[in-house]
Amino acid sequence: MPNCKTLVPFHGTKEQEEKLEEVIRTHKGEKGATMPVMQEAQKIYGYLPEEVQVMIAERMEIPLTEVYGISSFYAQFTHNPKGAIQISVCLGTACYVKGAGEILNQVCKKVGCQPDEITADGKFSIDSTRCIGACGLAPVMMINNDVYGRLKPEDVDAIIEKYM
Amino acid sequence: MSFVRSHVLVCGGTGCTASDSPKVIAEFEKQFAEFKLSDEVRVIKTGCFGLCALGPIVVVYPEGTFYSSIKVEDVKEIVSEHILKGRLVERLLYKEAGAEGHTHSLNDTQFYKKQKRIALRGCGVINPEEIDEAIAYDGYRALATCLTEKSREEVIQIVTASGLRGRGGAGFPTGMKWKFAAAAEDPVKYVCCNADEGDPGAFMDRSVLEGNPHSVIEAMEIAAYAIGAAQGYIYIRAEYPIAVQRLKIAIDQAKEYGFLGKNIFGTDFSFDLEIRLGAGAFVCGEETALLASIEGHRGEPRPRPPFPAVKGLFGKPTLLNNVETYANIPWIINNGAEAFAAIGTEKSKGTKVFALGGKITNTGLVEIPMGTTLREIVEEIGGGIPNGKKFKAAQTGGPSGGCIPLSLIDTPLDYENMASIGSIIGSGGLIVMDEDNCMVDIAKFFLGFTTDESCGKCSPCRIGTKRMHDILEKITVGKGTMEDIALLEELCTHIKENALCGLGQTAPNPILSTLKHFRHEYEAHVIDKRCPAGICKDLLQYKILPEKCAGCTACSRVCPANAITGEVKNPHVIDQAKCIKCGTCVQKCKFEAIIKE
Repeated sequence: MPNCKTLVPFHGTKEQEEKLEEVIRTHKGEKGATMPVMQEAQKIYGYLPEEVQVMIAERMEIPLTEVYGISSFYAQFTHNPKGAIQISVCLGTACYVKGAGEILNQVCKKVGCQPDEITADGKFSIDSTRCIGACGLAPVMMINNDVYGRLKPEDVDAIIEKYM
Repeated sequence: MSFVRSHVLVCGGTGCTASDSPKVIAEFEKQFAEFKLSDEVRVIKTGCFGLCALGPIVVVYPEGTFYSSIKVEDVKEIVSEHILKGRLVERLLYKEAGAEGHTHSLNDTQFYKKQKRIALRGCGVINPEEIDEAIAYDGYRALATCLTEKSREEVIQIVTASGLRGRGGAGFPTGMKWKFAAAAEDPVKYVCCNADEGDPGAFMDRSVLEGNPHSVIEAMEIAAYAIGAAQGYIYIRAEYPIAVQRLKIAIDQAKEYGFLGKNIFGTDFSFDLEIRLGAGAFVCGEETALLASIEGHRGEPRPRPPFPAVKGLFGKPTLLNNVETYANIPWIINNGAEAFAAIGTEKSKGTKVFALGGKITNTGLVEIPMGTTLREIVEEIGGGIPNGKKFKAAQTGGPSGGCIPLSLIDTPLDYENMASIGSIIGSGGLIVMDEDNCMVDIAKFFLGFTTDESCGKCSPCRIGTKRMHDILEKITVGKGTMEDIALLEELCTHIKENALCGLGQTAPNPILSTLKHFRHEYEAHVIDKRCPAGICKDLLQYKILPEKCAGCTACSRVCPANAITGEVKNPHVIDQAKCIKCGTCVQKCKFEAIIKE
């Protein structure tokens, strides 16, 4: 289970903690605030390590099991940091029937790590996603916020090299 | 408001944005300034036109000239020729696949001719970030009518009479849902919108929210008035940043204009709306799971009854509809229930938006009257299958749906017909497959999806989807037996009957429908250990035809596994034990000497 336990040491700053406290203050007492707070927390830290989950649970006065239950349930929450450059290859139906599997293989080969993993230098991470809604351009991948469509396996290397 | 002589509409939907439409828009602005046209011509960023395959789309009004696949470097020519001198830039006009000559206007194209845009009205017409444009396009007129001229009962009566059914997949009559929520006696009720469009291959909800977000806000207010609610939530996927952003802008503008908030249009009706972001869980499209997620819990479904109309969000009566369902409501109020009911078939009224994807020329979004046949969609609107390939099947309804084979291509698409042939309309994803797609592999793909997305609460789904996937895996690697197929069918029946929610109950559909229409492909995998489409790698062999091989050594040099041997100018051979079936040699061979079988 790749996304159940934090594998890297925590390096949170005082500044990040203050930001998180501010978020919790504005949402506290609001109905159904747990997820919005966790989404903000992930924006602040880039991921949700155990330490951050403990902070959220204590300060929102909810059981840690509930926070962990949510963070391990939803695909968007990650217990491990992502690379500075995040590559998401769409494996939705439209992309799949147009050969997205080959695109993913090529990305893994070029970057040198597997889906849901991060490279040793922390620069790249690869995810496979389920449909980013750009089905008209299938097959598609996203690198940070840039979308690349109508891909062929042979295009992959040149695109990734731009980020290396 | 200043008047200009011409408007240049550029698509700012997700598809065209990925094809660089923001740069095209910036270039138009730059060129207008250079030609000193900024006072007489305006460029407008709109929502999705639907024809994503040929983005970025540019339409010049008042003529309605339709340019496609516009690059930044083309902009100058459009400005200097068309805008300045009134001469069309022929080379950039949209060219219909297979047709001779160009199509000047959008509405004359095969792609648009058969469409009827109700839910998508406004998309590709207005600037979604300007409430004034929405108002000019009838925005909030229906809300005003309801609040000032119609009683709550009358509103529900109109929705019921229109025959509108839920567009999220299940097709439950919308009017009836509203009636149940209105009948619940509680001072606090909620109105929610399901914008958690998780079905891979469907993107109509995103396009509505990106292209005309006010239509959804307006409809939710009408619903709130009808059932007696004062608070609403829109639950939207975090994966749709542009839609979230435009929705936020729309809500702020509606509040500023007094269309949202306290005492709307001077009446005693008040309504407030909040956005909640999903976090990537397909099961949250199920209504009880979605409500659990808005409450801030794990998105796990619960048994019904009680239905949300009685006991929903935070334990209060709740009305939950899908984006596309809501988007129809203002049109129905403005044009009358009869006008809507006049479109479509006997039991399926109105239009449905389909997301055309896969092996089809015009990929994109189309809105057509219910009862249009699959043939019309694929051959006329969709422009057929590219690369001279043959149509094999269309997959509808995503992981909950099934396949429609060539023999049923003339079936009119509506809720009843689709159910009778073993598929569903679902949310409207329509993926076209050609002869190169393996149906067993497609079933395995969907089961891989449902296995991942099963929330784990009930065992028929948690264990059953995994077991079904295992059997499909076994078949696709060539280790399947005829008993496996029988076991698969048995499992499908049990899971359909016993799973807790829609996700599990429909998860066997991709298998059942491919078994029904493509059983011979399963049998080919099991009996002949052969994949007829050439997709399942373990059942493939690459072979070099000695009579065609020139001995150029190109293949042996690129083979990553060193599986190809042979002397120069003599036929080469592939060592099957070493071959990893990557297909690189086929791409390299200039003599078409390597075949896949």
